[in-house]
Amino acid sequence: MTFLSTLKAAALSAAMIVSVALPSAHADEQYFPLQSYRVGPYAAGGTGFFGGFIDYLNLINIRDGGVNGVKLTWDECETQYEVERGVECYERQKSHAGAAAWNPLSVGIAYAMIDRIAADKVPLITVNHGRTDSTDGRVFPYVFPLLLNPYSETSGIVNYIASKEGGIDKLKGKKIVVLYHGSPYGKETIPIYELLAQKYGFAVQQIEVPHPGNEQQSQWLTIRRAKPDFVVLRGWGVMNPVALKTAVKVGYPVDHIVGNVWSNSEEDVIPAGDAAKGYTAITTQASGNSYPVVKEIVKTVYGAGKGNLEDKSRIGSVYHNLGIVNGILNVEAIRVAQEKFGHRTLTGDEVRWGFEHLKLDPAKVEALGAKDLFHSINVSWDNHEGEGYVTFQQWDGKKWNVVSDWIAPDWALLRPIIEKSAEAYAAEKGIKLRTADDANAVTTN
Amino acid sequence: MIADFDYQFFIEVLVGGLLSGVMYSLVAIGFVLIYKTSGVLNFAQGAMLLFAALTFVSLVERGVPFALALVATFAIMVVISIAIERTVLRPLTNKPPITLFMATLGLSYIIEGAAQLIWGTQVHGLDLGIEDVPLEIGGVLISQFDIFAAVVAAGMVVVLSLFFRYTRIGLAFRAVADDQFAALAVGLRLPLIWATVWAAAGLVALVAGLLWGARLGVQFSLSLVVLKALPVLVLGGFDSILGAIAGGLLIGASEKLAEVYIGDYFGGGIESWFAYVVALVFLLIRPSGLFGQKLVERV
Repeated sequence: MTFLSTLKAAALSAAMIVSVALPSAHADEQYFPLQSYRVGPYAAGGTGFFGGFIDYLNLINIRDGGVNGVKLTWDECETQYEVERGVECYERQKSHAGAAAWNPLSVGIAYAMIDRIAADKVPLITVNHGRTDSTDGRVFPYVFPLLLNPYSETSGIVNYIASKEGGIDKLKGKKIVVLYHGSPYGKETIPIYELLAQKYGFAVQQIEVPHPGNEQQSQWLTIRRAKPDFVVLRGWGVMNPVALKTAVKVGYPVDHIVGNVWSNSEEDVIPAGDAAKGYTAITTQASGNSYPVVKEIVKTVYGAGKGNLEDKSRIGSVYHNLGIVNGILNVEAIRVAQEKFGHRTLTGDEVRWGFEHLKLDPAKVEALGAKDLFHSINVSWDNHEGEGYVTFQQWDGKKWNVVSDWIAPDWALLRPIIEKSAEAYAAEKGIKLRTADDANAVTTN
Repeated sequence: MIADFDYQFFIEVLVGGLLSGVMYSLVAIGFVLIYKTSGVLNFAQGAMLLFAALTFVSLVERGVPFALALVATFAIMVVISIAIERTVLRPLTNKPPITLFMATLGLSYIIEGAAQLIWGTQVHGLDLGIEDVPLEIGGVLISQFDIFAAVVAAGMVVVLSLFFRYTRIGLAFRAVADDQFAALAVGLRLPLIWATVWAAAGLVALVAGLLWGARLGVQFSLSLVVLKALPVLVLGGFDSILGAIAGGLLIGASEKLAEVYIGDYFGGGIESWFAYVVALVFLLIRPSGLFGQKLVERV
């Protein structure tokens, strides 16, 4: 982003903030409050994700005139990925009428919003992240960790390693090291790796890297001594390229490192240079711009001069495509809800109902122009993740290449653990478990 | 038990820690330069490092030849240093150190923001053309890149030490550090000295930024490497370049050994705070650090 374009963006943001302050909401508009982060340490991911999301919303407006004639609107509030700013943005943006859903793409901000959005009855979307037990819609009616929660991610990675070894039974006797970020996010999957190690008979060693992760010499020397068959990289930000560079430095083969969903972007590998060649990472959405929906965005949105990314070479990058997929899920949830409640501006609770009936099978995904971009989703009132499939991409030094089929995590194994955790949360907070009938009762004004 | 001890691994961790420590020292030297002449802990050093690395890599990516980009970046750092002296330091002459510290804190945010505003938010790879593959010496793996960084740091220490000890302007720096009023009274030009020392700190930021940038990639997190320099300064002394090197080596080695050998007893991931434990212990025993100047005040 150049200096002038940044100024232009700042002026536009200011104008949009002013527009938020005004009482607005057309009867035929559905609004997305975006707590984005375009500056600060995580701006690279933020610009990609929110850029993709906005590009898709723009596509729907330009190509279709909105969702069944209901125009999509949004504004951005800068959080710099900081929780207090995220909450401040929430308080500022929530007064805008017709809010469809919140999409902060931040674990910290999402956690801080859970009680607030439950009171306001507007869905909170934490695509590919968030707290795992929010998958349980009985306890968390308004939180949706769509496509992939951290436990499913863990299971997907172990299943992929098993496929590399020739089958799940071949995991017995193998050794896996998990190198995780020293934060609640990084630690969330510790018990699941232990559980899977016990179930499948492999040894697991979990090693913490203190935040931010710009020094990993001792961890990688320990890994070299442990001689694991695979290393799982559960990193974030600068920790990822440093892990790859340090692995090479101590002589560990990079093609035996498997990254998690927040270690899978171009921003994680480009700074590592040649050290990242051969590195593989999990994803719920493939990267690249060959998918019909991405091509259509290029033609329709960027062709009209309304593209959100300044640097067009980032179209089709991991974060951009995640933003597009997130846009598809949000828009389709509105479409589902509109079929029940009418082609008009919906309440947050009606959109929640839409998410709880969001079912996109591979045929529907293809019809949306997203075949092979993502697999499918099947959300229900009590399963807010929606059984997302995962695939794996390998970095060749210039781009990611898909190297696996779509893989299903072991949802049946994980569900009882998720329910137990959610029920404990419900007991602690005095929350009554929701039933299917409760989920069908919708606030319409 | 001792017979089972893996000495080769121990040496590997120790050497790796020492070499990491040299990288911390590189950042700490920038702090020392400013502190030595103005008594200010320049919190903006990390932001300067980020700005320098981001400017350099952005110029190279726009087709500017490596050497020219290096010179241009240094020139930009000099301009920034002069601007800081004119707009921030000069108006605050003779103000208490805490005021100047707060000014540098504000500066760090301004420089970080300006870096992203001008050059964008994308992360960049930086290839200095130095292999980062391990060399095996006596069964111990040592990073070629880390050896290169150590040589650069050693060279910088030698040059700066000679400069401070044997040049007129170096002596002027020391005079200003001792007593700003007295230095002004004998005709030393304080603004020029401050601008020069900030430019020198800019050069250190450029060198450290390139080496850290080649390690981490050039991205916002570069500014966080200051957190690695702080315990080094406490341990080595805020006004000693030699102390910055010794402090870096001690912190680097102790945090790596602690992580590997006692980390498990604390749940792992201890190296970031263990460095501060070491620094705190030194602070209690020797408040001015290993090589820092002991302050003697007449009451």
